[in-house]
Amino acid sequence: MNLMTRFTGRSAARLALATAMGGLAVLTPLGSVGAETTAPPFVPQPDSAISDDDFGQVIRLGERIFRDTGAEARAFVGNDLRCTNCHLDRGRLGHSAPLWAAYLVYPAYRAKNRHVNTFAERLQGCFRYSMNGKAPPLGDPVLVALETYAAFLAHGAPVGMKLPGQGYPKLAKPKGLDLAHGREVYAAKCALCHGGDGAGQASPDGTIVFPPLWGARSYNWGAGMSSVVNAAGFIKANMPLSQGNSLTDAEAWDVAAYIDSRERPQDPRFTGDLAATRKAHHDSPYDFYGQAVDGVTLGEGAPPAGTVPH
Amino acid sequence: MPACASCHGDSGGGNAEGGFPRLSGLAEDYLAHELDSFADGSRDHEIMGPIAQGLAPEERRALAVFYAGLRAPPPDGTPQPDDTAYDRGRMLAQTGEWTKALPACAQCHGPAGQGVGAAFPPLAGQPAAYLAAQLSAWKAGTRHNDPLGLMKGIADRLSDDDATAVAAYYAALPVTAIGGGR
Repeated sequence: MNLMTRFTGRSAARLALATAMGGLAVLTPLGSVGAETTAPPFVPQPDSAISDDDFGQVIRLGERIFRDTGAEARAFVGNDLRCTNCHLDRGRLGHSAPLWAAYLVYPAYRAKNRHVNTFAERLQGCFRYSMNGKAPPLGDPVLVALETYAAFLAHGAPVGMKLPGQGYPKLAKPKGLDLAHGREVYAAKCALCHGGDGAGQASPDGTIVFPPLWGARSYNWGAGMSSVVNAAGFIKANMPLSQGNSLTDAEAWDVAAYIDSRERPQDPRFTGDLAATRKAHHDSPYDFYGQAVDGVTLGEGAPPAGTVPH
Repeated sequence: MPACASCHGDSGGGNAEGGFPRLSGLAEDYLAHELDSFADGSRDHEIMGPIAQGLAPEERRALAVFYAGLRAPPPDGTPQPDDTAYDRGRMLAQTGEWTKALPACAQCHGPAGQGVGAAFPPLAGQPAAYLAAQLSAWKAGTRHNDPLGLMKGIADRLSDDDATAVAAYYAALPVTAIGGGR
């Protein structure tokens, strides 16, 4: 069941109730952010609840890895991203793929790899795709610490139901994607921080402060964020940073399409045949892999996948 | 026209007691933008307004080039905030307060407040009085030269106590972390 189905049901129930009471029904547009934000997201317990013992040490390590991924999990990270770039407020923030919701979703069957995934396997996917690195082996201290931190954040959240704020908002599907408009929105709202070339920005001492959105140091073609659906939802709810929900749906869709139609590291599942890899893993109108954009066939000249430091 | 050095110090290191900001080593484009803003009123200031208006555009740029290239020594005797204010300031600076839609200052100004590019100036080592005055100027609308109106939104969500705490936190951070101070 997806979010849209769920909220369709809820809105219908609200309409029925309002009608029965003789009141005026105010319809929430189906599948819009508004429908999802009616219930406030879960708020995880504060850092001060971390116990001062060996268990708490592992929670803290997980939190550090989440914040400073390249430094704390160096052997598994192949780009300039941190977990917190896409999971804002250290995995705590609703509508920004919060860790507390993800933790409770697994084990789950995933169409992406056609089997039941544990939470640890899901975390491996983050390193392989979003971090353009390599999956820590199951049982690796990095995975154990991240899973422990996620469990800490999920403490007290209800199990077995979709939680408000889970994942990214699902925006109503657009009539089309306008890359020229997306380029304008990018220049006006995103380039200030992420740079005109999408490469992000560092402080003078070399610390990456604004994450790269495309190119060799960003997420690869296998990452969830390379789907325009996910990127549009994230952008709508959270960007520009501190000004979430300020863009229109069309601006969020088009700028997400612009970002996700630039070249980025290869999909690690690439077989050598672009069309076959597209058909197997990218067969969607919201996925530009293998498509020709601005004279470039995306994926053809992609920087390598899985570049971890030696 | 008074010499810049009479308030901002011989090598642009600023003056903590007077609340005069450090100019040394800040990004050239940032300094030029601020001088232009004083001149056009988008940064309303009774002292800097007339000074900037009295400078030709190329003089404002020349000053920006000059101060961007200077390397002032770190300020001495920066007052340390008390523990409670420091903890609150550090939390706002490094973690943010997302229940109020406040990202961490560090997410744009760098983890050590060292600044990023021309749009996000260093905060480390700037006088607390100066930093607090900027937050209050954005809130009041007397400074509205920030890109995308980002700081207006942030300042509106900070209480006066929070603004004081975060200003004290950054004032006490070592200025050596600033790019220009390398």
